[in-house]
Amino acid sequence: MNQWEELQQAAFTKRVSRRDFMRRATALGISTALATGVLSRAGYAQEPKKGGTFKIGLGHGATTDSLDPATYPDQMTGTVGWGATGNSLTEMDAAGNIVGDLAESFEPSDDAKQWVFKLRNGVTFHNGKAVTANDVVQSYLHHMGKDSKSAAKSILESVEEIKADGDNVVFKLKGGNADFPFYASDYHLKIMPAKDGGGADWESGIGTGPYAIEKFDPGVGAKLKRNDNFYGKAYFDEVEVKVIADVAARTNALTSGEIHFMDRCDLKTVNLLKKNPDINVTEVTGYGHYIFVMNVTQAPFDNPHVRNALKNAIDREEIAKKVFHGYATAGNDNPIAPSVQYAINPEPIHTYNPDKVKELLKKAGMEGLTVDLSVSDAAFSGVVDAGTLFKESAAKAGININVIREASDSYWDAVWLKKPFVASYWNGRPTCDWMFTTAYAADASWNDTFWKNPRFSELLVAARSETDSAKRGTMYAEMQQLLHDDGGLINIVFNNYVSAHSKAVAHGDFLSNWDVDGMKIASRWWMA
Amino acid sequence: MHPLARTILQRLGLGLMTLFIVSIVIFSMVSWLPGDFAKAILGQAATEETVAAFQKEIGLDKPPVQRYVEWVGNVVQGEFGSSFASRVGYKRTVAELIAPRLANTLFLASLTAAIAVPLALALGILAALYRNSLFDRIVNSVTLTTISMPEFFMAYLLMLFLSVKLSWLPGLASVDAETELLERITRCALPTLTLTLVIVAHMMRMTRAAIINLLACPYIEMARLKGMSKSRVILRHALPNAWAPIVNVVAFNLAYLVVGVVVVEAVFTYPGIGQLMVDAVTARDIPVVQACALIFAATYIMLNLTADIISIATNPRLLHPR
Amino acid sequence: METKVPRARRSKTAAALRELKKAPWSAWFGLIVLLGYTFVALFAPLIAPSKESEIVGDSYMEWSALYPFGTDQLGRDMLSRMIFAAQNSMGIALAATMFSFLTGGILGIMASILRGWFDQAVSRFIDALMAIPSLIFALMMLSILGSTAINLIIVIGVVDATRVFRLTRAVSMNVVSLDFVEAARLRGEKLPWVVFREIVPNILPPLITEFGLRYCFVFLTISSLSFLGLGLQPPTADWGLMVKENATLITYGDITPLLPAGAIALLTVAINFVVDWFLHKTSGLRDGQ
Repeated sequence: MNQWEELQQAAFTKRVSRRDFMRRATALGISTALATGVLSRAGYAQEPKKGGTFKIGLGHGATTDSLDPATYPDQMTGTVGWGATGNSLTEMDAAGNIVGDLAESFEPSDDAKQWVFKLRNGVTFHNGKAVTANDVVQSYLHHMGKDSKSAAKSILESVEEIKADGDNVVFKLKGGNADFPFYASDYHLKIMPAKDGGGADWESGIGTGPYAIEKFDPGVGAKLKRNDNFYGKAYFDEVEVKVIADVAARTNALTSGEIHFMDRCDLKTVNLLKKNPDINVTEVTGYGHYIFVMNVTQAPFDNPHVRNALKNAIDREEIAKKVFHGYATAGNDNPIAPSVQYAINPEPIHTYNPDKVKELLKKAGMEGLTVDLSVSDAAFSGVVDAGTLFKESAAKAGININVIREASDSYWDAVWLKKPFVASYWNGRPTCDWMFTTAYAADASWNDTFWKNPRFSELLVAARSETDSAKRGTMYAEMQQLLHDDGGLINIVFNNYVSAHSKAVAHGDFLSNWDVDGMKIASRWWMA
Repeated sequence: MHPLARTILQRLGLGLMTLFIVSIVIFSMVSWLPGDFAKAILGQAATEETVAAFQKEIGLDKPPVQRYVEWVGNVVQGEFGSSFASRVGYKRTVAELIAPRLANTLFLASLTAAIAVPLALALGILAALYRNSLFDRIVNSVTLTTISMPEFFMAYLLMLFLSVKLSWLPGLASVDAETELLERITRCALPTLTLTLVIVAHMMRMTRAAIINLLACPYIEMARLKGMSKSRVILRHALPNAWAPIVNVVAFNLAYLVVGVVVVEAVFTYPGIGQLMVDAVTARDIPVVQACALIFAATYIMLNLTADIISIATNPRLLHPR
Repeated sequence: METKVPRARRSKTAAALRELKKAPWSAWFGLIVLLGYTFVALFAPLIAPSKESEIVGDSYMEWSALYPFGTDQLGRDMLSRMIFAAQNSMGIALAATMFSFLTGGILGIMASILRGWFDQAVSRFIDALMAIPSLIFALMMLSILGSTAINLIIVIGVVDATRVFRLTRAVSMNVVSLDFVEAARLRGEKLPWVVFREIVPNILPPLITEFGLRYCFVFLTISSLSFLGLGLQPPTADWGLMVKENATLITYGDITPLLPAGAIALLTVAINFVVDWFLHKTSGLRDGQ
């Protein structure tokens, strides 16, 4: 065997680093093109290079979209208006750590009641104006106050005062919160230029991000151009985002080469798509989960035995396999994703157990139980199938479930939080506190299970300002166990973000906090 | 007054009334729909406070009757208002939202009509000429099969073969104002083809039936007895008298091309007005829904009126009623 | 769309049988297919190997002797689903079409007899409804009412009733002014008698033709509505819904979605062959939508 063949073998078995391989190949007189070809076949991540136009096809997007970050409804506006063109104070890295973005650093006071963010030096907006602390203050105020209609309003409720102090921005909180920098990474909290006389200018779409908006056509798409003054990385010359709502059309556009990347693959056919040699299918496990929620204040769900019976009457493995075709992990009635710090997997693991269901129903005196389950594609795609499978498995355990498909465009308004047993989803949150505060705190406006547990509430406040990590972990473990045993949620699965891209583009590690590579795909990918 | 002119005036009057009724019906329906713009946009993120703030900003806190009266008042002055998606300092008028999409829709409709109408007439005439022949039956069965496929499925099939497998035509019909004419036509090729397959059957069958219907008439019989060739009889004698029903069905299908292509627009992601209206309905964006509905209704009324005028103009008996 | 009057013709069973013997092969083909479909629809639970929503195996199993058309996305027997869909789809289409003909037909005949303000009021309202794109109208109505099978039938029925009204009114307008109707009314016959003994029999042929076509389009409407996210409740089997659920498979050369689509297409062709023949027999009728 000659040295070149040996080297190739080393590459295919990953015994050699990318850099070493290239160095040794050059020494052997192998052309760069040939060597990189071997590397890409061996599955090495490529060195990013500049240039090209990246075409993205996304499933979300409507003619009513606007660039107002307060009302970004989904990943289309998130990707265009935030990920590609704007920045928050902090961001999450691929390992799930919170790191500075527009903020160079951030420090809490001892009780975590005050946070000071120091701004990165010399950053300018797309229009050339320098970023100041006042821009940050105005961008945050955009989401606060009585008349705010922002989706980020609730996470900023704990902010008592926010003020500019030279290059620093100081947040005074109503109570200690060790997780505040996580909030600051939210995609609604994009930093915009302040207007003269107060307010933030979102209308122009001007941000600090790697790309600047050339054209934004709501419900159709957007054209973006690289911002050469950006402080971070950005490889493509141009990025085009197209709204392609129909999944079959999106897939066809990818296979025929009209787009490079599509989100939200059709899980029914994704295994067939995988066979296409020019296409890679990727899955990312995020924090998102699909759930059925029971209103614990309404009969029969006010009976914990009934809740537990239903939790044991659903065959999550079957749903994960048939509805999500393996692109999901069975849930265990804990909303905290396994990758989140302090996550536990509470015992006993809830699995399909008809005998236990019958036993629990007997205890509750509810044999022959019949319940209505409201579902809609608005909750998640595949919900009708998931409901149907739930119905079938529960029937074998003696529970009759009527699956009712509700209209999707009024689902959140007329069904969710209104009917006692409904399908829903959460994109999940990167911390226990954030998730609990959003959906399980007794007084949370999105407490969709209406579950109010005094011990849980007590722990929530205590854990928030607890700076001792071990103590915090114990508290969060107890809270997760409480939810698991007594709460009103049936966590069906943690869903994976499944997307596909042509081999003409390449990427590094995925961000897992949001879909579309954390919505930052435009700056994190490059032409292969 | 000339009877034709009187008919036109009368029909235009009735058309205006229809438009008025349409606006009331649509407005009531959108008001009855559960939820409103604020809740629809905020979705799962809606809280009582954010919804209330939003409603106030776009005027949804006023009672529906007052909103409707204000809307009518503005429309009479030619002012269609702004989309609810507008914000302070970021106005999106209904006109600027609709104009480019209406242009796209009309372009696609014209392109399809330019192909489908002559094709349907030719096939219909040929089928009538060779009726009950193998040709007639094949054309009949094929066109029937094409209309009995759901549009989106037909679109998927065409996309699969012509775009994905053969790479002859682009599968995405994404165009914008800057797209050049030739490029625009190529991009619209697949939607055009889909729509053509959907509407040709209907028009072709009507043409065939209308001509066959006349073949039993004494004057056709007469012409044939004189020894005229079959094709001459049909083209010279039958066709001119068959215009009325044919024009009617053509008008019906042209109206469909403007108002009924939501599904095809969705599949090919063509930025037309149908998709805009569905989006607007989903978001409860009443000003946009209303404007779209009026445009659709006006199109429908105008096309029907045109068809009737042609029917009357080509039929002496209708032109000079007893 | 104005319509010509059919020549008055009384069809009797004997005459019909005689005609049947002379019918072309296309009509025979249509009739046989139609009878076959009806048989399957009526006896679906007896014919189908498994229950409507029973999960018999894995998802998307290959075609085999046990499951001739394989299984669907949840592992339900495709053949059984197709058979139950025949019952559901044809039932719903029949109910919707009947509903539209009852309401549209009655209003149309009343308008042609009563004329005056009644005719004006109904006609204007129907004009307005027709001027609203039917798919969007159905979309909104179903969002308001909720998409149950009954509401689906009513909404599609109402949309179709507008077209039926126009046709009935036009045809019956011509019949009403004919001498024998005038004569009956002068004789002092009651209105219902005049309607059912004189008018209805004479306007029936064009209405039956229309019925056949309207019936086929209901499948397509349900399919389009499913595409836009509304339609029947799960786990009901319906051809239109099944096309939508499986449509994406066609991109990979899997012909599963062609089964329900083919079922609809075959039925449409069959009905139209029968209608064509009927049209030919009664002559001088409009065709199309």
